[in-house]
Amino acid sequence: MSTLRPVVHRAPSERVLAWLRANLFSSPANTVTTVLVVALIAWLGGRFAEWAVLDAVWGKAGVAACNALAGEGACWAVVAEKWRQMLFGIYPPAEQWRPAAAVVLLCAMLVVSAMRGFWRPWRFAGVWIVGTAICAWLMGGGLGLARVETAQWGGLPITLMLAVYGTFLAFPLGVLLALGRRSQLPIIRSVSIAYIELVRGVPLITVLFMASIMFALFLPEGISFDKLLRAQVAIVLFNAAYIAEVVRGGLQALPRGQYEAADALGLGYWKTQLLVILPQALRITIPAQVNSFIDNFKDTSLVIIVSIFDFLYAVKQSVVSDLDWRHYFIEGYLFAMAIYWVFCYAMSRYSQWLERHLNRDRRS
Amino acid sequence: MEILAHDIPADADSIIKVQGLNKWYGDFQALRDIDLTVRRGERIVICGPSGSGKSTLIRCLNRLEQHQSGTVIVDGVELDDSIRHIEAIRNEVGMVFQHFNLFPHLTVLENCTLAPIWVKRLPRAQADAIAMKLLERVKIADQSHKYPGQLSGGQQQRVAIARALCMSPRIMLFDEPTSALDPEMVKEVLDTMVALARDGMTMLCVTHEMGFARAVADRVIFMDNGEIVEQAPPQEFFAHPKSERTKQFLDQVLDR
Repeated sequence: MSTLRPVVHRAPSERVLAWLRANLFSSPANTVTTVLVVALIAWLGGRFAEWAVLDAVWGKAGVAACNALAGEGACWAVVAEKWRQMLFGIYPPAEQWRPAAAVVLLCAMLVVSAMRGFWRPWRFAGVWIVGTAICAWLMGGGLGLARVETAQWGGLPITLMLAVYGTFLAFPLGVLLALGRRSQLPIIRSVSIAYIELVRGVPLITVLFMASIMFALFLPEGISFDKLLRAQVAIVLFNAAYIAEVVRGGLQALPRGQYEAADALGLGYWKTQLLVILPQALRITIPAQVNSFIDNFKDTSLVIIVSIFDFLYAVKQSVVSDLDWRHYFIEGYLFAMAIYWVFCYAMSRYSQWLERHLNRDRRS
Repeated sequence: MEILAHDIPADADSIIKVQGLNKWYGDFQALRDIDLTVRRGERIVICGPSGSGKSTLIRCLNRLEQHQSGTVIVDGVELDDSIRHIEAIRNEVGMVFQHFNLFPHLTVLENCTLAPIWVKRLPRAQADAIAMKLLERVKIADQSHKYPGQLSGGQQQRVAIARALCMSPRIMLFDEPTSALDPEMVKEVLDTMVALARDGMTMLCVTHEMGFARAVADRVIFMDNGEIVEQAPPQEFFAHPKSERTKQFLDQVLDR
């Protein structure tokens, strides 16, 4: 029999004190640092809370109330006043229920796609084809709704659309490029490498310029594509190169034995990739994929360079173009920040759930 | 297999015919002028020091490795660059690997039904029934809904055997099936292989398990340096090895 030392059960408060002593107050220098850092955080946090909450103007208080603060508090009234322009840009105000419905529908499609019950090819395709058609109808009109040109679209629907389709359509393309880069066939391999390296070597802005201005020069007179559609295609093509490299990382992580086992069973190239290799490779790359999805989402704000009015631009424009409210753009940007953060954080949490959920099967 | 009828007429007796097989990795010659004929139902054990080409030889039989010269004919089909021929041969030949190579993202049952469903186009229910019968045979049916990562090495290797059998192959290749196992798990895998041998399966097995060779092999082949040095029925092979290299090797593996 080994002698067991009695386990000392300390009260929770005592444990907290012990932790504090060991980690924050272990030496005089540590103690001083702790006190200074805590004081700094408290001061900054206090100042911000004072500005953002206590001294702030809330609700539809009007610009006079904000001006009266003389910068001492946040003017949230600007959001209350301008939220429709911030969210929907210059979309005709009487029709703004339509982009609102499109945003809700798009979010619902995302939520539904995130649930495992929908990971069946036909259900998934059905949801996205029907959903996309309804979104396009809501935004563009026709069939009983007034027509709204894409030049008038703006705000959150644009940002979401460019990000969501820019990622979803880029994904299969990226997977094909990754497979192409590892192909045995020299032509396919060199085309894939050339594409990936070319696209990764240039900034998104130049690709958007190409799509928006240069592309039109190559087309015959009188033929033109919608500018928004061109930007969307540019984003898809751009993102695909990055996704390809992430996927390739996952492919390389798989042992050769997986390919050999699939070969020995007679599965053939495509079945091997779809049934054996990609399910494992994509699972490994979830963290890196989500990282690039979040990047893609935020990078959509660059489309303003080709005069497409995304959410960030709509927020800014709605504030600074109004002579009365133009000083309160900081509040506007904080509002935009909050919206971006909600979407990015949701993606991050979902990826954590997905990793846990998919790896649950495999824990030994 | 009417599409292959124009190929080499199947010899009633031999199922594998290898003639003048050569294989290089760069400058290194892994196989030298291998000639080998395997009869239907014959059980062959291939042994030899590491790097002697024994794994390469059986991997050339289902095109996991490509040979540079010589002919390989498996069940009347010549193994050449034709994808149709390669597929036809892979349908006839099952393989078990040293490191099992089960698909970790699929359950035991799904590992076994993947190829029957997607290659042979069997309905799922039928594939499931066949798989369960074979998992029963390797005594692991009760684990069919687990994932490979949840099983021991010996259990995983038995699943790998069942997975290969699910394609109802005529030939089974074993590439050092017990080398990666903990000692206490070797027996359960060998027992499975012995049972399979008794059922009349044509087997080519690369292994150092000389007990297995004695118990079931019809012929033991000793390879060294990419060549077949010696081949004989097990009694003769173990009792009266002819070449010096065989004797040396046997002294090492048999501890005598």
